[in-house]
Amino acid sequence: MADTILVVVEQREGKLNRVSWETIVAGQALARETGWNLEAAVAGNNVSGLASEVAAKAVTKVYAIESPKLATYTPDAFAAALKQFIASSQPKLVLMPHTYQVRDFIPKLATAMGRTVITDCIGFKKEKEILLFTRQMFQGKFAADVTFAGDPPWFVTFQNGAFRADKIESGAAAAPIENVNIEIADAVVRNRPEEAFKEAKQAVDLTQASVIVAVGRGIKEQKNIELAKQLAEALGGEIAASRPICDSGWLPMDRQVGSSGQTVAPQLYLALGISGAIQHLVGMKGARTIIAVNKDSEAPIFEIADYAVVGNLFDIVPPLIEEIKKVKPAS
Amino acid sequence: MKILVCMKQVPQKDAPLKLNEAGTWIREDVSYEVNEPDAFALEEALRQKEKHGGEVVAITAGPARSQQVLREALAKGADRAIHLEDAGFVGLDALNVARALAAAIKDEQFDLIFTGLQSDDQGYAQTGVVLAELLGWPHATIIMQIERTGDGIRVKRELEAGFFQFVDMPLPAVLTIQSGINKLRYATLIGIKQAKNKPMRKVTMAEVQPALGPNLQKVERLHVPQKTRNTEFLEGAPAEIAKKLVDKLRNEARVL
Ligand SMILES: Cc1cc2nc3c(=O)[nH]c(=O)nc-3n(C[C@H](O)[C@H](O)[C@H](O)COP(=O)(O)OP(=O)(O)OC[C@H]3O[C@@H](n4cnc5c(N)ncnc54)[C@H](O)[C@@H]3O)c2cc1C
Repeated sequence: MADTILVVVEQREGKLNRVSWETIVAGQALARETGWNLEAAVAGNNVSGLASEVAAKAVTKVYAIESPKLATYTPDAFAAALKQFIASSQPKLVLMPHTYQVRDFIPKLATAMGRTVITDCIGFKKEKEILLFTRQMFQGKFAADVTFAGDPPWFVTFQNGAFRADKIESGAAAAPIENVNIEIADAVVRNRPEEAFKEAKQAVDLTQASVIVAVGRGIKEQKNIELAKQLAEALGGEIAASRPICDSGWLPMDRQVGSSGQTVAPQLYLALGISGAIQHLVGMKGARTIIAVNKDSEAPIFEIADYAVVGNLFDIVPPLIEEIKKVKPAS
Repeated sequence: MKILVCMKQVPQKDAPLKLNEAGTWIREDVSYEVNEPDAFALEEALRQKEKHGGEVVAITAGPARSQQVLREALAKGADRAIHLEDAGFVGLDALNVARALAAAIKDEQFDLIFTGLQSDDQGYAQTGVVLAELLGWPHATIIMQIERTGDGIRVKRELEAGFFQFVDMPLPAVLTIQSGINKLRYATLIGIKQAKNKPMRKVTMAEVQPALGPNLQKVERLHVPQKTRNTEFLEGAPAEIAKKLVDKLRNEARVL
């Protein structure tokens, strides 16, 4: 029997998480590279509708893994269901998106099967018949090529944005769907989750802003936020921040950009003293023009910046405000 | 409540990092600090103890230098510490690190184990969850709030894009703690003094070796990441840079 790559797509409350398409694109690329079969699975309760959505893509088969215990997500139920399924179907490679949900259960699943997971990968390559998975280390300062040293199934998660969902290939005909019913004993599921909710009403909608000046920990002290605000004002833009600034209460939470904050796509994103951790980058890399000011020439933010200034923001920002005022009189 | 806090020593945030000769890891001659989420995990354990009583124990696996994170934990108020001391712990994968931690605490009875949600160096985001599975305990990740209930706990998990969720769970349990869950305290002078007399149990690699297996994943090499954009570096004195930036803002970004 040919080796198989299994992509487990993510669904929440009956909706596919869009990042799942990226993981299928990764699976399609890996299937081309290895010649292995590509299959997909969706786990939940009554997920046959989602399974047929996935079956339209170029995959050889889709499994709908079902149990009433999978209706709401818990790590216990998801790990138990996927363990049963994977132990019997024996894929060589299991791919999932590196979402909050997946990182909550995949280390448990891999451990329960005596296996390992290479998490948060941004790509892969094949060298001399060996698969290497590339992931960031040291907050994006380095990338590492990592291999599996044990037996399959090998588990891999891919970072949001690592593959382009619009590159997905559709199948010539719908792939067959197989329903897999899983029994999960009552005692297996120990956590009792409640509904997800949003904390506070958002006072600002950064997604609509065309100019954003964002500050990170390089701003040093709360009182220095004023300087960044002046720059934002001179540009007629909004002020935003990295997570530590909002955690410290220097700016309200609704000004946080990143995976646990807002995702923005302004004309201009001007980052002051932000290192460029991936959780920040996912929230702003869609900006049309990115300018970064950072005193560390190796800060990862420069990898995605169009214009970079290596220097002390406290030297650069005051003359910048003056220059802007010269060409754009205060309105 | 008896709480274990797993802590890791990582290179300081703005330490300039260089690759070792083999290109498989960084050169170790840099300054180190406590992994940031682990500092929040310790703080949360201390706050839980202040509310409910009990004991806070800090544990780390790493070379002699990593004792510093335990000293800091003791100075801030942890009651005792466990140091799995060996340079070899740096090269273990997440499964083996969790096995080593589990082996080191096999004769203890904790109600809760906290870890940071991931480390600033490897960023695997696995150790806590793997440890829970090895112990057979329930777990919850990316935690922003913890309350005691009758016989268990109620935690607030952070989800993506500004969402949260409350989860009720029984004890004992493993929680991975998110940065920002609380406000960190500083060690006091008295605390630093008292720390010197607090118990620190050393565990050797040989003691936990029987619990370990071969690493199941291997870092073949590290490299500097590829740029995805064509970055133009603007240079000169601040006033010159300001002029160049305004030119870009007008003619390229067109926001002026
Ligand atoms: C699950 C999860 C979710 C997360 N969600 C988010 C999120 O939504 N948004 C987010 O932003 N982060 C998020 N984070 C945190 C993220 O990993 C980083 O820790 C954070 O983005 C770092 O913020 P920073 O760049 O401001 O700080 P640091 O990483 O400390 O960087 C500060 C930078 O300032 C520079 N600097 C210092 N002084 C100066 C100066 N005088 N002039 C110029 N530059 C200077 C330094 O060189 C450094 O690069 C999340 C993390 C996790 C694990």
